Amino acid sequence: MLKNWWKILCVILLTYTILAGFLGPVPAKPILNETIRNLYFHVGMWFAMMALFTVSAIYSVFYLWKSKPNYDLYSLEFAKGGIVFGCLGLATGSIWARYTWGAFWSNDPKQLGAAIALLIYFAYLVLRNSMTDMDKRARIGAVYNIFAYAMLFPTILIIPRMVDSLHPGGMGNPAMNTKDIDSRMITIFWPAAVPGWILLGVWITTLRIRLQLLVEKKLSHA
Amino acid sequence: MKGSFLQIWALFKKDLLLEVRQQYSFYGVLLYVASTIFVLYLAMGQPEADVWKGLFWMIQLFVCVNAVAKSFLQEGRGRLLYFYSITGAANFILSKLLFNALLMLLMSILSLGLFVLMLGDPMPDPLRFVGISWLGGVSLSLVFTFLAAIAARAQQSAALMAILGFPLVIPQLLLLSKISNIAFADVLQGGLAGMIVVLAALDVLIVVLSLILFPFLWKD
Repeated sequence: MLKNWWKILCVILLTYTILAGFLGPVPAKPILNETIRNLYFHVGMWFAMMALFTVSAIYSVFYLWKSKPNYDLYSLEFAKGGIVFGCLGLATGSIWARYTWGAFWSNDPKQLGAAIALLIYFAYLVLRNSMTDMDKRARIGAVYNIFAYAMLFPTILIIPRMVDSLHPGGMGNPAMNTKDIDSRMITIFWPAAVPGWILLGVWITTLRIRLQLLVEKKLSHA
Repeated sequence: MKGSFLQIWALFKKDLLLEVRQQYSFYGVLLYVASTIFVLYLAMGQPEADVWKGLFWMIQLFVCVNAVAKSFLQEGRGRLLYFYSITGAANFILSKLLFNALLMLLMSILSLGLFVLMLGDPMPDPLRFVGISWLGGVSLSLVFTFLAAIAARAQQSAALMAILGFPLVIPQLLLLSKISNIAFADVLQGGLAGMIVVLAALDVLIVVLSLILFPFLWKD
């Protein structure tokens, strides 16, 4: 119970996010109307993705420093978790775009940047699968992981802000400004949605890591 | 500092000398460039400016993949290990980056010439576009050199390098096509300098990452 407090917290936070997200008051904006509720889900997913990719990159750095095989496993699983949340973020964003911009995909720079970032991480998985030697796979995977993480920043955060974009945050205005978000939404977004999705991502990833460790233990004792 | 400079220069001269004597990479890629552009001409005739630009960057991309693959992956493993041991890893990758950048400069100007010859010349300002094609060629070569280093360690062919490389160069291709759009417009628009600075910053990021990460790649 004491070790798993954060899982219970995750359930509470996400339940609150879902209930308050759909039933809570939101400001009435033209075009956006009720779709503004997507903020709790779509943006939360991206925060979770960034958190998971950051942890993955940190474990890659640790692996290059110390060469413990567990570090490689952690960085792989956190990267996979980040990819899942990234795909979910892209999906929730496309659904939102269908109702506000008119189409699921409109080649918006932010959409393209996010798709490119995910493609780069898919290439990471392909690279790992192309090698059979475990140490080499771990080391080269760690190098590419750090490279891919560094490429996240220009593709998702820097270039879409500099060019014409319909996405909130394009053309130079920062979207996470404290003046830009309604105070009622802040009380749900920052304390509940963002930590809730991050904790969910970490929970799923740690479960996968434990499963992989058990599989490896079973294989090495067989 | 002076020592590493001399080492980089020595490695660079070695690559250059091998090129001049064996002429395998250069003529091979030149043949590839000429054939591809010729096939393109047969298929498309003389397209308008938009299509022309798109086709040019596609050709640059494939030329870069082939040029860098040939130059990096043709050395045997023993020879690579020898170089790593006598110079540092950072010097080695820096000399490779420089050599491939030079190769791409040459290839860019040649492919631009062939493009103008066969597919027509819609550029309002040729000198500006030469500069942009050089910038583009060098940027692409930096990414593919680092990926060729990874692919060489993974003992896979150029195919893996291409698979890994295409997602990674998409940001640069997007920036390059935006820059060429601005450069092709008859009126001088603002924002060109900003885009070029972003592209240059991206290149610097890639070079720094390569220098930091390459030593970990060859530690066998």
